[in-house]
Amino acid sequence: MALEKCMAAIPEFLSKAELLKQGAEARVYRARFLGRPTIVKERFRKQYRHPLLDEKLTHRRTVQEVRSVLRCRRAGISVPVVYFVDYSSHSIFLEEIVGSSTVRDHIASSPPSARCEGLEPLAERVGQVLARMHDEDVIHGDLTTSNMLLRCGPEDGVSELFLIDFGLSYISALPEDKGVDLYVLEKAFLSTHPHTEALFQRLLKSYAAASKKSSAVIKKLEEVRLRGRKRSMVG
Amino acid sequence: MTIVIGFEGSANKIGIGIIRDGEVLSNPRRTYITPPGQGFLPSDTARHHRAVILTVLKEALEQAGLKPADIDCVAFTKGPGMGSPLVTVALVARTVAQLWEKPLLGVNHCIGHIEMGRLITQADNPTVLYVSGGNTQVIAYSERRYRIFGETIDIAVGNCLDRFARVIKISNDPSPGYNIEQMAKKGSQYVELPYTVKGMDVSFSGITSYIEEAAHKMISSGQCSAEDLCFSLQETVFSMLVEITERAMAHCGSGEVLIVGGVGCNLRLQEMMGVMCKERNAKLFATDERFCIDNGAMIAQAGWEMFRSGQVTELEDSWITQRYRTDEVEVTWRD
Repeated sequence: MALEKCMAAIPEFLSKAELLKQGAEARVYRARFLGRPTIVKERFRKQYRHPLLDEKLTHRRTVQEVRSVLRCRRAGISVPVVYFVDYSSHSIFLEEIVGSSTVRDHIASSPPSARCEGLEPLAERVGQVLARMHDEDVIHGDLTTSNMLLRCGPEDGVSELFLIDFGLSYISALPEDKGVDLYVLEKAFLSTHPHTEALFQRLLKSYAAASKKSSAVIKKLEEVRLRGRKRSMVG
Repeated sequence: MTIVIGFEGSANKIGIGIIRDGEVLSNPRRTYITPPGQGFLPSDTARHHRAVILTVLKEALEQAGLKPADIDCVAFTKGPGMGSPLVTVALVARTVAQLWEKPLLGVNHCIGHIEMGRLITQADNPTVLYVSGGNTQVIAYSERRYRIFGETIDIAVGNCLDRFARVIKISNDPSPGYNIEQMAKKGSQYVELPYTVKGMDVSFSGITSYIEEAAHKMISSGQCSAEDLCFSLQETVFSMLVEITERAMAHCGSGEVLIVGGVGCNLRLQEMMGVMCKERNAKLFATDERFCIDNGAMIAQAGWEMFRSGQVTELEDSWITQRYRTDEVEVTWRD
């Protein structure tokens, strides 16, 4: 009886919350929880998947997301605070980063001519944050410019860069996995923001300078890049 | 009026098709089928193509009711694909282009699939899932390129399926993937298999080596049947494909999906993609085996677009290449 009441409480809570967006994996709501502005990420059932596969994947991703966020936080990387997790509805209650915009919007809204100049400091910052994350052996798994938030600081202050959306993340010390992580970002970066190759190179340089284990990772990145090109493409 | 003939033979299918302003006039094809448990090797495949190509060419012209003089352009697969089969077909295309005194056009095989899919389905600007024995890519058009948003970081999904078919020795006639699909319909037990999505990319080598190693043990121990494994393999790899397609759609804000390539014939994949699309109010476009599977008309169609936008391939540039990225081609026929 008590368990049923608990299980019904989350959906009821969410039905009164403001639905911000429905992504591919989860619905994202804005609400207030414990008196604070909160984002609730609810992973819903994907109907196209076999139920057993769906349950395994959804549970695994919820757990991985929370674990990685906590690990990053302990290492001093800016990520949202985790307030609460419910494993029956696969919902994560996170701190809302109020007054932020995605790095994607930031790059897209700057004029094409200035695109590579004005954004260099930002690219360097991203490289540094990713280096810290990889040095913690956290593989984000889904690095895109939509998964990075910039919160404007006070008038004269620096803006804060947050990483979000750790649903595909896992822990690994392997340079291969870190290389693939950067490869995923490179592809997402260049396909979303055409003609920004120089900007991404800046990011990589900054990453290499900031990370203690970067040379093996960059080497793997170069290998993975070639893999796409060396693969037998029959059929 | 523009009539283009297209030559395709990058893998084990040899097809020649003729297109006239968006109408498929003929599209004959032959498939080199190997015994169960065996894949197809380049030299044997090239030998097969050499033996039948002139017959198929005759069929293409006869079925279209045309003479060589009626053709405006000779298109052929420049790549990607297997070396010797590509050479075999390119050689014939170059020869007839010179004999008939018609311009030549080297076409990217992947773009052939995309342009045929667009023609048949009339999809406006879809997110394209291109899945076959040799390729697995999620593609979206942007600024004169077919950009690859997601792809396999190792082997293609069709390759994974074909290799599993060899392990359990099912027939390659008409294709291993088709037979896996039929067996999967009789499977019911879901067996957990490795599932690997990395951002917008997928990886199939893990699940392939897992299933190659474990299949016989699982079947002989009675844990599950071959049908159950076919079922589980499809459910797993197709879920991965639907997931990366959905991610790309969410990223691009797209409301249409087009599936092309041989694996696109699979009705279960189409069904799963359809469920995902319905949930997002998106539209699904797919073609049937005439156009999903490698064929000559798709090369003719891409050639038609390229030719009309002013492209031509000089004889000295008509070499073939085994590796040819989809995003290498400048899409001059779209803006």
